[in-house]
Amino acid sequence: MSIDALSAILLIPALSAAVLAILPGYRLTAKLNVAASLATFLTSLSLFVVEPVSGQYLLMDDLNKVFIVLTTFVSLTTSVFSASYIQHEIETGRLTPAFLRFYHAMYQTLMFAMNLALVANNIGLMWVAVEVATLTTVLMVGIYRTHEALEAAWKYFILGSVGIALALFGTILVYMAARPVVGEGLDGMVWTVLVKHAAKFDPALLNVAFAFLLLGYGTKVGLAPLHAWLPDAHAEGPTPISAVLSGLLLNVALYALLRFKMMLAVNSAAIAPGPLMVTMGLISVIFAALMLYRRRDIKRMFAYSSIEHMGIIVFAFGMGGPLANFAGLLHMTMHSLTKSAIFFAVGHIAQVKGTQKIADISGLTVTNPALGWGLMLGVIAIVGLPPLGIFMSEFLVVSSTFARAPWLTVILVLGIIIALGGLLLRIGAVMFGEPKGRTAPAEASYVPMFTHLGLVLMAGIYLPPVLVTGFQNVAKLLG
Amino acid sequence: MSSLQFDIAHLLAGSLVLASFMMLYQDRLYALLNVYALHAGVLALSVAWQAYVQHAPHLYVTALIALVFKAIIIPVALHRIIKRLGIHREIENVIGIGLTMMAGIGLVALSMVVMLRVTPSADALAREDLAFALSVVLLGLLIMVTRRNAVSQVVGFMSLENGLVLAATGAKGMPLVVEISVAFSVLIAFIVIGVFLFRIRERFDSVDVQELDRFRGERR
Repeated sequence: MSIDALSAILLIPALSAAVLAILPGYRLTAKLNVAASLATFLTSLSLFVVEPVSGQYLLMDDLNKVFIVLTTFVSLTTSVFSASYIQHEIETGRLTPAFLRFYHAMYQTLMFAMNLALVANNIGLMWVAVEVATLTTVLMVGIYRTHEALEAAWKYFILGSVGIALALFGTILVYMAARPVVGEGLDGMVWTVLVKHAAKFDPALLNVAFAFLLLGYGTKVGLAPLHAWLPDAHAEGPTPISAVLSGLLLNVALYALLRFKMMLAVNSAAIAPGPLMVTMGLISVIFAALMLYRRRDIKRMFAYSSIEHMGIIVFAFGMGGPLANFAGLLHMTMHSLTKSAIFFAVGHIAQVKGTQKIADISGLTVTNPALGWGLMLGVIAIVGLPPLGIFMSEFLVVSSTFARAPWLTVILVLGIIIALGGLLLRIGAVMFGEPKGRTAPAEASYVPMFTHLGLVLMAGIYLPPVLVTGFQNVAKLLG
Repeated sequence: MSSLQFDIAHLLAGSLVLASFMMLYQDRLYALLNVYALHAGVLALSVAWQAYVQHAPHLYVTALIALVFKAIIIPVALHRIIKRLGIHREIENVIGIGLTMMAGIGLVALSMVVMLRVTPSADALAREDLAFALSVVLLGLLIMVTRRNAVSQVVGFMSLENGLVLAATGAKGMPLVVEISVAFSVLIAFIVIGVFLFRIRERFDSVDVQELDRFRGERR
C-alpha cells in the first residue's frame, strides 16, 4: 500500500509520538512537537489538491475534510502556544522534564487518535480512536498531580469510560441491525456500506442503537445532563489541553454523532434524531448559561461556555436542513478558533498572575495590555457580538430556526443572552478593575492567539466563497 | 441450532447476570475481587461456547484473553495493590444492600423489556445474549454508582466491559476488531487505574472517593 495523504496524517503523529517519548530535552521536543503538527497540517491541506480514495478502513469525503483541516490547524497553533506555556511551567517547577517528555508524546498520540476517529470508515475503528483519545486526555488532565487535578482526572476517566462503553453497545446494535441486510463480517461495520443499505435496516433496533450512541458520544460532547466531567477536566489540566479538549475533542465526538445521524436519516421508519438533539442542545445552552454567573475560576467559566456552544451546535444540527447545518458547521469552526484563542490568553494570564481565581485577576488591560485586550476580543467574539464570526453563525442558527420553530428560537436566544450577561459581567471586572496581583510582563507567544482571533474577525466580515461552497456541500451531505 | 446449544448459551449468559448480582452485594474488597474473577471466568466460558456454536475460531482468542487477562491477571494484580495500600477493609455502600438489589432487579427487567422488544428479527441466540449483556452493563453501572471506594468502582467498570464483550460475541460474525479493542482498552484502563490508585493514595492516604469529594471542584 502506498502512503497517501490520508495515511500520512495518521503516520506523522504516530511516529512523532514514538520519537518524542524517547528524546530528552524539552526545548528540542517542544520544537519537534510544533514541527510534527505543522507537517500534519500541511498534509491535511494537500487533501484539497489530491483527493485520496476511500478504502475499507479509511474514508474521505467532504464532511471529514472540514473536521480534519480544523483539527490539524488548531493542533498546530496549540503546539506553538504549548511551547511557550510549557517553558514557563518548567521554570516555575510545576512540571519536571520527565513529565514533559510524556506530555509531548501524549500530545501527538492525541492528535493521532483524533485524526483516526475522523478518517475511520469503520464504526468499530472510530470507537477505538475515540477511546484512545479519551484515555490520553485523562492522563494529561491529571499531569499536575494536585488534589484537584487528580479529582478531575478520576471523574473524567469514570464518566468518559461509561460514556464510551454505552457508545460501544450502540455500535454493536448497529452491527446487529446491519447483519441481516449486508451479511456477516467486516461489511457490517464499514460506514459507507452501512449508509448505503441503512434504508433496509430494522428501525426498532436502530432507534435503540441511536439512544445509546447519543448518550455515549453525547457524554464526550459535553451535553447537559452528561457534562459533569467537562468543567473539571478543562479547569485542572494544563491549558494547552483545555484548548484542545474544548476546541477539538468535543468536535470529534460530535462528528461521530453526526455520522450516525446521517445513517438514521436514510431509514425513513426510524425515529428522527433531530428532536432529541434539539432538546439536549437547548438544555445544555440554558443550563450552561445559568451556571456562568457564579463561577470563581476563570478556566472553569470558559468550560461552561464550551458546554453552551456545543449545545448551540448540536441544536443547529438537530434542526437540520441546508441552512441550519451550514450554520452549525460555521459555528463549530468559529467556536473552535475562538475558544482555543481564549484558552491561550487565559493560560498566560494564569501564569502571570499565579492564580486562576477570577477575584484575584483584575485590571488586565493596565498590567498586561496585549493579553488583556486579546482576551477581551475573544470574549466579545464568544458571546456573539458583531462583527465577529460567532455573531454571524449564531445569527444564522437563530434566523434559520425562526422560520420553522419560533418558540425554540425564544428559548435559544434567551440562553444566549443570559450567557452574554454572565460572561461580560465577570470579565468586565477582570479587565477594567483595580490592577491586582503580579504585574510582571508575560513572556507569551501572541501569534497563535491573534491568528485565531484574526480569522474569526475575518469570518465575521467576509467569508471566502470557497469556504461557503465547501460548507454548503457538507450541509447538503448532512441532510 | 439444536435446543441444547441454545440452552447452554442461555445458561452461561444467565450465570453472568447472576455473577453481576453477586458483585452487587459484596461488602468486602477481596470478596468483590473474587466474584469479579468468577464473572470473568463465566464470560470466558460463554465466549468459548459462542465460538463453538458459531464455528468462529477467532472467538476462542477472545475467550482466552478473558480467562487469562480478566479472570487471573487483573484480579491478582488488584489483590496485590489492595494489600500494598492496606485497604482490605469493608466497602462502604452509598445505599443499603436491599435497595441496591431492588434497583438491580429493576434494571434487568428493563433491559429484557427493551432488548427483546426491538430484536424480534434477530436469531434467538443473539437476542437473548444481547438482553443479558445489557443487564450486565447496567448492573456494572449500578455497582459503580453505589460504591464509594475507587477500587470497587474500577471493578464495576470492568464488569461493565465484560457485558460489552458478551454483546460483541453474541453478534454473529462481528469482526475481531472490537473484541481486541475491548481487551486492549481494559489493559490501558488498568494501567491508568494502577497509576491513579497510587497517586490517590500518595495524596490522600485513602482510596475513598468521598475524600476526593471534599473538593467540590470549585476553588474557594
